[in-house]
Amino acid sequence: MSALLEVRGLRTVFPGESGPVPVVDDIAFDLDRSEVLALVGESGSGKSMTALSILRLVPKPGRVDAGAVALEGENLLDLPVTAMRRIRGRRISMIFQEPMTCLNPVLPVGAQVVEAIQLHEAISTVDARARTRDLFAEVGIPDPEARLDAYPHQLSGGLKQRVMIAMALSTRPEILIADEPTTALDVTVQAQILALLRDLQRERRMAILLITHDLGTVNELADRVAVMYAGRLVEVAERRALLSEPLHPYTRGLLRSMPALARPGERLPEIPGVVPPPDQWPSGCRFSTRCAERFEPCADRVPSETEPAPGRRVWCHDVERRLDGGAGK
Amino acid sequence: MMDLEPHVISNLVTGALLVGIALIARSVRRQRLWREAATQLWRRRRIAILVVGVYLAIGLLDSIAWKGGVPEDVVDVLPNAPLTLIDRAFLGSREASYSAPFADVEFYGGDPLRNPGSHPLGTDILGRDVLYLSLKGARVALLIGGLTSLIAIPLALFFGVGAGYFGGRFDDGVFFLISTLASMPGLLLLIALIMAMGRGTVSVCVALGVTSWVGFCRLSRAETLKLRELDYVAAARALGVTEIRIVLRHILPNLAHLIVITFVLMFSGLVLSEVVLSWLGIGVDGSWGQMIDSARNELSREPIIWWNIAAAGTALFGLVLAVNSVGDAIRDVLDPRTLKEAP
Amino acid sequence: MGAYVLRRLSYGIGVVFGVLFLLFILFFTVTKPDDIARRALGEKAPPEVIEQWKINHGYDRPLWPWQDWDDNLLFDHYERMLTFDFGLSDADDSPITERIASGVGPSLSLTVPLLVLGILVAIPLSLLVAFFRETYIDRMGVFLCVLAMSVSMLLYIIGAQFLIGKVLRWYPISGFDSNLLMLPRFLALPLIVGVLSGVGGDVRFYRTVFLEESSRDFVRTARAKGASEARIMTRHVLRNAMIPILTNVVLAIPFLFTGALLLEAFFGIPGLGSITVDAIAANDFSTLRTMVFIGSLLFILGQIATDLSYGLVDPRVRFE
Ligand SMILES: Nc1ncnc2c1ncn2[C@@H]1O[C@H](COP(=O)(O)OP(=O)(O)O)[C@@H](O)[C@H]1O
Ligand SMILES: [Mg+2]
Repeated sequence: MSALLEVRGLRTVFPGESGPVPVVDDIAFDLDRSEVLALVGESGSGKSMTALSILRLVPKPGRVDAGAVALEGENLLDLPVTAMRRIRGRRISMIFQEPMTCLNPVLPVGAQVVEAIQLHEAISTVDARARTRDLFAEVGIPDPEARLDAYPHQLSGGLKQRVMIAMALSTRPEILIADEPTTALDVTVQAQILALLRDLQRERRMAILLITHDLGTVNELADRVAVMYAGRLVEVAERRALLSEPLHPYTRGLLRSMPALARPGERLPEIPGVVPPPDQWPSGCRFSTRCAERFEPCADRVPSETEPAPGRRVWCHDVERRLDGGAGK
Repeated sequence: MMDLEPHVISNLVTGALLVGIALIARSVRRQRLWREAATQLWRRRRIAILVVGVYLAIGLLDSIAWKGGVPEDVVDVLPNAPLTLIDRAFLGSREASYSAPFADVEFYGGDPLRNPGSHPLGTDILGRDVLYLSLKGARVALLIGGLTSLIAIPLALFFGVGAGYFGGRFDDGVFFLISTLASMPGLLLLIALIMAMGRGTVSVCVALGVTSWVGFCRLSRAETLKLRELDYVAAARALGVTEIRIVLRHILPNLAHLIVITFVLMFSGLVLSEVVLSWLGIGVDGSWGQMIDSARNELSREPIIWWNIAAAGTALFGLVLAVNSVGDAIRDVLDPRTLKEAP
Repeated sequence: MGAYVLRRLSYGIGVVFGVLFLLFILFFTVTKPDDIARRALGEKAPPEVIEQWKINHGYDRPLWPWQDWDDNLLFDHYERMLTFDFGLSDADDSPITERIASGVGPSLSLTVPLLVLGILVAIPLSLLVAFFRETYIDRMGVFLCVLAMSVSMLLYIIGAQFLIGKVLRWYPISGFDSNLLMLPRFLALPLIVGVLSGVGGDVRFYRTVFLEESSRDFVRTARAKGASEARIMTRHVLRNAMIPILTNVVLAIPFLFTGALLLEAFFGIPGLGSITVDAIAANDFSTLRTMVFIGSLLFILGQIATDLSYGLVDPRVRFE
């Protein structure tokens, strides 16, 4: 049985000084129905670009260069533009990190949600407004009727993010992509928004691709976790397995220093250095320049995928060596 | 003080200009940021830069002048007039009246020319070689753009940086002055200034300078306000560094890219403004604008005299287009964000 | 809001006084009444004639209030300008106010269509160019804009007159007739030239505005909810771009009254622009000074109108 969303060999490039530079490279994962998959990694590792690539929203001059994104077997990358528009917002919705700037400042927030509904359904404005009001109530916006006509600048960050969530849910999508939905918010508000997402996910049984920095979020919401570093996956596993027994050296460092991830540009206390910019990524294992356990093949050869346990994938020469060693015994 | 004749001053200024360009080139090469910007600019706008270079070279050749050395048989110049290199190249080229490009005879009279077939762009009503006049126009245009910028940019920086940095009364005063000047429609103010000061090159440049410094003054004031709040400026002030020194070491260098962009973008606008002024009869002598203006009536003759206006128009268009396209690229390279292209 | 309008207005009045002072400096101290008289009468005019001329034109008084508090040119200048009593032309003694009144109509009949046409041409073009950003259509468009901006207005006019009058030998290339049927015939050419010479700069400016707005996060949101590019451009980008566009347009309105100097003079339209050009040729300082004042006054009003109209397009603006 195939998954709801299957991403295979996804590669997204930006033009660079000497040819295209990949910022997302050979990413592959599945997202099942009503599953929450967390995508974690340092700032600059390509999480947002992965999400945008799925919706074909990579900002110019970047472009998806290779791979496939199959929604129920249909490759979104091959769809004509108009068909793709019917997927966006209808079957896959997305919410972003910065609620401050993601809403149009000159339109009332209600009208923006109404637009999202009417783009996909033939429904009168009155009905769409009524539905928007109900959605506002559902996502916990106090006094929803009055808030319909409020402008974004009149709402707090938390309320704006709730509006974004209401907009994303307005057409009952099968998949919600949430790109660090709480990073820009106050700590107390973060908890509320996460609780809201969890509740909504349970009620509506939709699949979520959750991009996050926060260990608490992963622990609370995620079924599975994919770890990204410098445009590539390094490890994919069930949440419990990953948190209790991380295999990749990067995952281990990440787990030990999880709180620091929230602030972009911050160094991880457990891993020296920062993610190099995409045009300086090493040719072998991308993490080899910062890895404490690197040995001779790491810098030269891209590690291949290994499956140390069912449903668990790791890309690491060290793991590979140990597995081979184990098999040889 | 010695009484310097105009051509000596011109020679000195030209020398100073060359030294200045060399110094700027040197400091551009020394600083990585500027060097990279220059390389990128060169890669993007090679042709335009070369074209500007040609105009500059012509302007320079036309700025070096000395007296004497005129052959006896040349009658159309005063015996003791200082002549530039360009003047000397066209000595004795004068005809009696119109002649078409490369013609052997006068256009209307049909009399033979003194220099048959030697006027690639023809001659004007007074028999002057049009190529010669067009080349002379380059210096005038560069002078208008350059001299005006030399007036406008320091003025703008003085008031803009001063107002932004010191704030208070001075800021209020400058702001009021800017609002007042900006409230007067540009062309009208320009005309008023020239009419009041009397016609002439310097008064045109001063008037253009006064009408064009306001925009950059606003910009540098706003930028200074931002820079003043930066940590290292505050730190420098806490350390007791003098205000003048902070402005010179921390504020001005950070405005350098804006100065360069403004200079280039302003330049072509100034040259085009002069054309309008020429047509209004208050332009600068020897400019392309005057050539176009005086050639305007020749278009109604039968048969038409077209080479005059074509030459001046092309020379003008070439310089303005080259400068505009370099300016466009400079803005992209140095500052893609703060400066929006005003109409 | 009320307090804001009041403050904005009083600052505007302050600026009007500043403009008048500047004009006084220019036209009474840099160019002294004696100079004006001499330019009107000729360099060799005898002193008695000059004195008489100064008396006739009201220039025979001291400049500054401290010279004579009750009767000085500075106060007189303010009083007359602010009461729109502009007096006589320095050149031919005709009343300035009447001439200006007669010029407003012709000026407006050229400049209003010019403004509207300019917007109607420039905005769709720039939307188009911005829509095709980073493609060769965009690059071509920008290149054409820079090209169009690099041609002197004078060359546009001469070129158009030459082409139509000399080559095609169409109708009279200049003149004016307030008859509504005849008007288009005389206005067509100046309008085409006016739009052509302005469109390059406008398209380039609007394009930058549109590009800036289309790189905003809310545009990505609109795409993510499935809106088409055309819808994004018209509903989201254009709405937000209205703010700078409005500034640009409102600030152009005062120029409707001062007229398009070159176009009017070249095409023989007897508007305010032509009056100004004539004043320059005739050394008519009093008319010139009046034109600058009127232009500035309208400009200041335009700025106030822009500031107040921000509130209409941008809900974030609150007047405090
Ligand atoms: N517009 C762009 N142009 C060029 N490179 C970009 C652009 N946007 C993002 N990138 C590059 O893509 C990489 C991944 O970015 P992103 O997906 O935003 O990382 P993350 O979301 O994990 O923090 C970054 O290293 C960044 O340098
Ligand atoms: Mg991100």
